[in-house]
Amino acid sequence: MTRTEETVWQDPPVSTVPCLTVPVCPLSRPQSVEHGFPHQPSALSYSPSLQLLAIGTRSGAIKLYGAPGVEFVGLHDENAAVTQVHFLPHQVELVTLLDDNSLHMWTLRAHQGHSELLEIGRFTLTGPPGAPPSVTRVTAVMAHSSGELLLLGTEGGHVFIVEVPGFRELEERNISLDQVASGVPDNYIGRRNLEHVEALQENPVNPNQVIIGYGRGLIVICDLERRCSLQHIPTTQQLENVWWTEDGHDILSSHSDGSYCQWIVGREDVNEEVEKSDIPYGHFPCKAISKIVQLPTQEGPPFLMFSGGMPRASYGDRHCITVIHRKTHVALDFTSRIIDFFAVRDGPQHTGDPSALVVLVEEELVVIDLQTEGWPVIQTPYLVPLHSSAITCSHHVSTIPLKLWERIIAAGDLQKTHYSKMQWPITGGQNLAPDPPQRDLLLSGHEDGTVRFWDASGVCLHPMYKLSTAGVFHTDADPNDNMNQGSEGEWPPFRKVGCFDPYSDDPRLGIQKIHLCKYSGYLTVAGTAGQILVLELNDEAAEQTVEANVVDLLQGQEGFRWKGHTRLDVRDEPVLFPPGFQPFSLVQCQPPAVVTALNLHSEWKLVAFGTSHGFGLFDYQQKNTVLVKCTLNPSDQLALEGPLSRVKSIKKSLRQSFRRIRCSRVSLRKHHVNNAAKLQEANARLEVELAEMELAPVQRKIEARPSDDSFTGLVRTLCFADTFLSDSSHNSPSLWAGTNGGGVFAYMLRLPPLEHRAEEAVTAQPAKEIQLMHRAPVVGIVVLDGHGSPLPEPLEVAHDLARSPDMQGSHHLLVISEEQFKVFTLPKVSAKMKLKLTAIDGSRVRRVGVAWFGSSRSEDYGESGLVILTNQGDLHVVSLPTVKMQVQHPCIRREDVSGIASCVFTKHGQGFYLISPSEFERFSMSTRCLVEPRCLVEAPLHRSSSPRRRPQADGGSSAHRTPRPDSEDSEVLQEIQKSLEGDQMSFVGNNVSAVA
Amino acid sequence: MNRNQRVPSSRCLSAVEVKSKFGAEFRRFSLDRSKPGRFDEFYGLLQHVHRIPNVELLVGYADVHGDLLPINNDDNYHRAITTASPLLRLFLQRKEEADYTFGTNSLTRKKNAVLSAVLLRPDTNKKKPPVIISLPKDFRPVSSIIDVDILPESHRRVRLYKHGQEKPLGFYIRDGSSVRVTPQGLEKVPGIFISRMVPGGLAESTGLLAVNDEVLEVNGIEVAGKSLDQVTDMMIANSHNLIITVKPANQRNNVVRSGGGGGGATSGSSGRSSDSGASYYGYSLQSATASVPSHIIQNFPAGELESDEEDEDLVIEAGGEAEDITGTPSDYSMASLPRYQPHLNLRPPTTTSPLAIDANGTMPGSSSSGSLSYAIAPSGTPSPERGTDRRTLEEEGTVITL
Repeated sequence: MTRTEETVWQDPPVSTVPCLTVPVCPLSRPQSVEHGFPHQPSALSYSPSLQLLAIGTRSGAIKLYGAPGVEFVGLHDENAAVTQVHFLPHQVELVTLLDDNSLHMWTLRAHQGHSELLEIGRFTLTGPPGAPPSVTRVTAVMAHSSGELLLLGTEGGHVFIVEVPGFRELEERNISLDQVASGVPDNYIGRRNLEHVEALQENPVNPNQVIIGYGRGLIVICDLERRCSLQHIPTTQQLENVWWTEDGHDILSSHSDGSYCQWIVGREDVNEEVEKSDIPYGHFPCKAISKIVQLPTQEGPPFLMFSGGMPRASYGDRHCITVIHRKTHVALDFTSRIIDFFAVRDGPQHTGDPSALVVLVEEELVVIDLQTEGWPVIQTPYLVPLHSSAITCSHHVSTIPLKLWERIIAAGDLQKTHYSKMQWPITGGQNLAPDPPQRDLLLSGHEDGTVRFWDASGVCLHPMYKLSTAGVFHTDADPNDNMNQGSEGEWPPFRKVGCFDPYSDDPRLGIQKIHLCKYSGYLTVAGTAGQILVLELNDEAAEQTVEANVVDLLQGQEGFRWKGHTRLDVRDEPVLFPPGFQPFSLVQCQPPAVVTALNLHSEWKLVAFGTSHGFGLFDYQQKNTVLVKCTLNPSDQLALEGPLSRVKSIKKSLRQSFRRIRCSRVSLRKHHVNNAAKLQEANARLEVELAEMELAPVQRKIEARPSDDSFTGLVRTLCFADTFLSDSSHNSPSLWAGTNGGGVFAYMLRLPPLEHRAEEAVTAQPAKEIQLMHRAPVVGIVVLDGHGSPLPEPLEVAHDLARSPDMQGSHHLLVISEEQFKVFTLPKVSAKMKLKLTAIDGSRVRRVGVAWFGSSRSEDYGESGLVILTNQGDLHVVSLPTVKMQVQHPCIRREDVSGIASCVFTKHGQGFYLISPSEFERFSMSTRCLVEPRCLVEAPLHRSSSPRRRPQADGGSSAHRTPRPDSEDSEVLQEIQKSLEGDQMSFVGNNVSAVA
Repeated sequence: MNRNQRVPSSRCLSAVEVKSKFGAEFRRFSLDRSKPGRFDEFYGLLQHVHRIPNVELLVGYADVHGDLLPINNDDNYHRAITTASPLLRLFLQRKEEADYTFGTNSLTRKKNAVLSAVLLRPDTNKKKPPVIISLPKDFRPVSSIIDVDILPESHRRVRLYKHGQEKPLGFYIRDGSSVRVTPQGLEKVPGIFISRMVPGGLAESTGLLAVNDEVLEVNGIEVAGKSLDQVTDMMIANSHNLIITVKPANQRNNVVRSGGGGGGATSGSSGRSSDSGASYYGYSLQSATASVPSHIIQNFPAGELESDEEDEDLVIEAGGEAEDITGTPSDYSMASLPRYQPHLNLRPPTTTSPLAIDANGTMPGSSSSGSLSYAIAPSGTPSPERGTDRRTLEEEGTVITL
């Protein structure tokens, strides 16, 4: 089940294009997949039997992950945060608790050979009439190991028992506060007010025994069968969490003062005896230990893991999980707030030694290998934080040749040596999706000057390689300033883990544009301070100096003063570059404004770049500048004085940091504030805001676009084309540039013959200028060949991957502005056709791409089309070469400006956009190219972990070994199993033998 | 009366030096600035000095801006006298000979060229009205009410002619809610309203749009269901030829239809323009004007309606000369467009569009200096907007050969 929009794709209107006989792009529904790390996760759960991990988010989404490729997404109808997720033991169901106090039952149901995540029930606890809402406000949830009961602890201190999956209240079995309070020792300080139920835990060896931990500190062991309390453990500190050890002998309790205590079970007489009490980072006041886990090992002492407990004054801002085993004591120091953690255990029953620690922090998932010396981090195959440094741009390259693919992987592997060799420990489900038909690469540029290469072929967006451009420049960061290495004997023994690092040393390093030639392995990246690097893939490390070419884009125009940031300072000394993409040429624009357009022609060995001041052409073979053109309007002061991007990014980063602070202050675990009051307050505020809006309505000025608008000279797009620029009999290389003010500049390029390419100069001659009268920004330029198809990419024909363009017929120029699509004839430029988008429906083109749509019916038929995303968030497909609308589909909310701005299209009718700072959503408009998770999760056969019922468990596993019965037999088997195990339900209705 | 003698202006500021041209003949005389007298006296004087006592004349003068303005009543006569400095140049023409080829170069006033033609034309239906005002066709329209015959009386379709002039459109729009009558009763629906007029802007000067008018359509496309930003972008994209259908907040000044075919003759039609919009649009559009009654006289030739200045993208070929790109050439000729010749022949003499005259507002000779310069078509020279373009381009280097 994917999170998709409701709207249905419409069949395209009957096209007037004669060749469009096979519907190539309609889809019955939009396909989408989410990549990356969920924004604002709020809950974590793990099912050892299913080997699945579940994450709930503050936006009400629930995501399940298993083996790589196995993932499910569900969305609650309520717009409320998921505060808790619990798998029912040994079942395929899971329960979620939302912020609005509703409980939801989800299941994985097999359907047509693959599983779907479905919501099958919802429930809200109802108290006795007249009771305050706190009585039924759920604070703790425990899924009983029987898989049939759910224990709900509430703010009022009661424990309600509910039968699942049907959510039937078992009123007679509820454990009320009064029952418990009557048994509390008289001398216990907190007996007047036990407060809410903070924790519920089942005895691992006796499922009838349950701990109820109250907020005030009292821990009560109850017997569910006999409905009486067995033991009272009065602690004096506010309780945070409890843990019942594997053997059932001991109970660990963690407290708000940073202490934890170990209590022995079953000694009713010696109530107050603490076996062990400790404040691990003591002396000075400490923060609470919010969760504590102790897991035994086959030989030797157990693992103890707890989160928090840091000294309040000195390290109160750290997000730490402490792991103690034998003599090893490490405080894992995360870069963002800890949501929850669990340990994956070895063995067929998952009851063996802990093998990996899985920690969900606010911005990433970190998995630590506990079996290898040094506890290295395991690289995650999914849930990778895309935003470990903020994403500034992205670029997609389809159908990567195998050779380049392997070289990038090899370069990437060298960067991953510090990761553990351990297999990914979460292995639930089977990935049934077919192997991706092609190798696709997504490149993301980041604020810290890195470019990350992602394998975007399938459902898992897998990191391949990371390129850092910061090494070319001197930055403020001190290379010796490595926070990872704590000094010897430091206490607490911190170890930095995780890769989320929102802080950039120098915002000028930010990557703004990327262009990769997949055939030659040449890459060019351009950044915020007007730097353009040309890089080449090298399998060996190399030490080299990168020579900088400063290009004055103002061309000596007088009276201009750049008030923005300065140029980056280039290192003069040779720099050692590891294997991978290594820079060999650097262009620095003057003024150092952000690069707004970039293109690379690997066959001609030319790089074109543009800023708000003009554009240039750089010959990276001879390392000289071929052409510089200033597009600046002399009256445009704004473009002169400051970098547009800096103003924006400071504002943005301020906003983001405020948001971060706000988020980190809201603690989800503390839900004891009266929510109704909060809601009322928010509503009242909203009403006031609405009233204000009524008073001062938003107005829009209606005015024709003035010719002296700001940033008219900003270069929006650059395009290389081999076409007919001067006469219709000779084609020649050309460069096209489009500006923000509706201007198009065309240059004819003269390239020396190949044998003299290194010596003779490349020249560029101005050939044409077009000023669109509607003056809207030119966002795309496409040259169409005699057949009306877009010209192939450089080297594409040479590699036999594209038909050579038709050079006989007349070529056409397609200029895409924000408002119109216009086709001009070539070489004499005269308007032939146009599509006025804005004049018709008021939307403006934000992103545009050329895509090839393969027919789903006929293997070898396909058409090219323009894919556009408008400022309304709608996707349109526009036919080529007759610019006509084909299909339209709402895709992104129009308020989501950053989502719209982040969109990139692939060459095969797919696209990516950021749905949050950390997640890409992939959509497809092509019937041929679909990427969606298809996976199957089977209900586990019941294997009780309790030693008391081990024999039955064995029986269960033997049933597992028997040949899979067909569905009728399975029902019979179910009956037998049921009678064998009493009331234990072993099979769930949906355990269909689906691997047929 | 020292009529035929030239009086040096420098010595006698109270006298106005007059140079009057009729055909190939000139007459020079002076008038007392403080006592100009009445227009009919002046008219008699002119007939006298040119010795053409029985010839019906049209009198025009060149004002300080080089615009040719008419003298046909006391007011503009006095105006002409008081503003003359020092020379008052008069151009006389026989009424029956009055030609209409003027206006083709009125913008050549930079060169202070000789005005080659006379503006006025007598109204053949009436004998000497007490106050002669210029006819609508002598002005360039800045706005008009169109499609009166096909719209409900409560609606008004207004066309604003931007024509490359520098005057801002000058209005703001906002979100609001309006009440619709539905079978279920009254229903409140969101709508777009005009929220503010910029003083001196085109919208205000037309008097056809007012604050709180509800915008229903932009260039034939309904705005219902569109956001404020979308409607803003639509209007801006159509700003060169904006047709807005409004439901005026003040319903008292609606055009009352005379009924039948007579009404048809009084309105232009935007049918052509909204049709063209629909034809570019791939989806099914509710084209409100698709069924324009055939009897409606299409006052505007197709080329004029699709004037679409934005189509005239400027292309500069290296080493060549700039040229305007015409739109789809097979459809209509853009070559003839830059001259606004068509405007002048548009309306049959019976067409009286008082609103268009109102829009011009100022009577000839009033203090508003440039009022007539707007009215006279820019003709052969490029629009000022394009002119600035070239200026910009000229500064940029070798490419430009303009």
